[in-house]
Amino acid sequence: MASLRYESQVREPLVTGTKTYHDVTQDIVRPIEMKPSFLWKVGFTISVLLLLFGVYSVYREVVYGIGEWNLNKTIGWGWDITNFVWWVGIGHAGTLISAILLLFRQGWRTGVNRAAEAMTIFAVMCAGQFPIFHMGRVWMAFFVLPYPNTRGPLWVNFSSPLLWDVFAISTYFTVSLLFWYSGLLPDIATVRDRAREKWRKHMYGVLSFGWTGSTKHWQRHEALSLVLAGLSTPLVLSVHTIVSFDFATSVIPGWHTTIFPPYFVAGAIFSGFAMVQTLLIITRKVLNLEDYITMEHIEVMNKVIVLTGSIVGVAYITELFISWYGQNVYEMAAFQNRWDLSTPYGWSYWLMMGCNVLAPQFFWFRKLRRNLLFTFFMSIIVNVGMWFERFVIIVTSVYRDYIPSSWSTYYAPTIWEVGFYLGTFGLFFTCFFLFAKYFPVIAIAEIKHILKKNGESFKENMVEEERATPEKFAHEHAH
Amino acid sequence: MAIKKFVVGSFDDEAVLFPAVKKVRKAGYKIHDVYTPFPIHGLDQVMGLRDTSLHTAGFIYGITGTATALSFMGWVFTRDWPLNIGGKPNFPLPAFIPITFELTVLFSAVGMVLTFCYLCQLAPFVKKHHFHERATDDLFVMVLECTSRTNEEDAKAFLASVGAKEINVQVAEADWWLGRYDKDEKLFENKAEKSLA
Repeated sequence: MASLRYESQVREPLVTGTKTYHDVTQDIVRPIEMKPSFLWKVGFTISVLLLLFGVYSVYREVVYGIGEWNLNKTIGWGWDITNFVWWVGIGHAGTLISAILLLFRQGWRTGVNRAAEAMTIFAVMCAGQFPIFHMGRVWMAFFVLPYPNTRGPLWVNFSSPLLWDVFAISTYFTVSLLFWYSGLLPDIATVRDRAREKWRKHMYGVLSFGWTGSTKHWQRHEALSLVLAGLSTPLVLSVHTIVSFDFATSVIPGWHTTIFPPYFVAGAIFSGFAMVQTLLIITRKVLNLEDYITMEHIEVMNKVIVLTGSIVGVAYITELFISWYGQNVYEMAAFQNRWDLSTPYGWSYWLMMGCNVLAPQFFWFRKLRRNLLFTFFMSIIVNVGMWFERFVIIVTSVYRDYIPSSWSTYYAPTIWEVGFYLGTFGLFFTCFFLFAKYFPVIAIAEIKHILKKNGESFKENMVEEERATPEKFAHEHAH
Repeated sequence: MAIKKFVVGSFDDEAVLFPAVKKVRKAGYKIHDVYTPFPIHGLDQVMGLRDTSLHTAGFIYGITGTATALSFMGWVFTRDWPLNIGGKPNFPLPAFIPITFELTVLFSAVGMVLTFCYLCQLAPFVKKHHFHERATDDLFVMVLECTSRTNEEDAKAFLASVGAKEINVQVAEADWWLGRYDKDEKLFENKAEKSLA
């Protein structure tokens, strides 16, 4: 069949090795059908323990109040909001990969989109915990919903960025979940039809919603994915934009800047891709999926990391420049509290600069982009850096307010504040371990869909021009 | 609920499937459905299926969301409980944009997914007859419905001639029912039948 899409001869195959459709099914479903490995059990146990520690930390906060954290009058937002923004940021890569790259027809997304979407959903679940428990009286959390109540009815303030956040995060979570699950249906059906044990047939039967693979259903499924992608694309940009509005619409020097929305979105994609790298480098190794998540995938994501990291760098420098250019004493003071190493939190600013702006520049080198160990190390560095970015933005902007008498306190978290953060790691990894064990981590149907276009063993099926070596192509077509 | 007779042919290559579908249609057989492990672009046109209007539904749900958000926030702030916040307007449209946008997306996405599930009859505990269990793995399964004018043997021979690898005749429920995948009986019907007996 003639293809409308031209496959460049320099493009590497997205699926390596000689694979048939059945091999694809086999490779991806096999880990689900095997008994959990020892390593999986160890990892899962650690995650659950962390989660339990988090539950206890939160229990202390709920019972004894916000005083269990080291927040005070001056520093009203500390680790909790830092962690919230950090997790939401991480939750951006999944939808970016599955939606924006779908619209841009990037074939490589098929190898990584499923796991990245799962990561998104779990990260948003973690993020949501922080503002909810930061409310203090968490049993009143439903007050943020505009429902007819007996207090008037007294409505929520629809003009408040904090309320926009409620809508943005919950919409984002719902839409990501629907997108992810509708994509999972056909693959769950694949697992169901291979299942031999009764419980497995039953469980995946229920989860597959009775999917058959009918052509009409596929046609609708494709339409659904495309429209959901079209909806998610502005959605993913809007979510972090709205999170940045929490800061940008305030009058705190250091927060009150118009650069925040694009700066936050770039940072979110940056940290999200780093987390995808962290997870996928381990996943592909443990589940033997090197043929589907290839070095090409890793390299492409590293390119995104160096691009977004540099955008973030430009934003940092712009902020500094504008604070000087504006000549507003409060604004300048706020920024001096960041970059000046002699201030109490100066170290965190330079840690952030080093991790987010300088470190990713190594990815200009192809050798390093294709080095697994280095990529893994960098992905951790970037996530540390992005955590500090939020910490710098939040804490250094508020710890020295307009009354110098309230400056003295050096904000450091209590064990229960840290415990809450660790607990969300527990939640995140517990969910991810369950996902990696019981669901296909790679979109099987989508891989099969691109197999004959981008699979290594199908390169010979391409037209002659597509098969030619880059040298030959250049020789024949260059003037 | 209708039990029908089907002639089922399985193909192992979509490149063979395409011309086969064309020939089968030309020969006048009634294609019940073609089950494939992944979406095959263009197969719906070859089968003569009309385009889906799920997009239109999504658009309608979307503008419903827009209208709901704007009218509700407008009603709250101008009619039900107007508040004077620093002399600002009671209907601050720019400040309403974020929530309006989010609800547009939310209504559209949720509505479309529910419509999709309804149209395709997808839900937990919904069960359908699966003509071949490898239809979700690596086989492309063409199912012809036997009408009063269909000769079974002819249909089987014809499917073989167009490249089907495995051919058989199945008598099956064409519709969906409530059931579990680890058991054969239907969830509700059998109980009623048992009580009658």
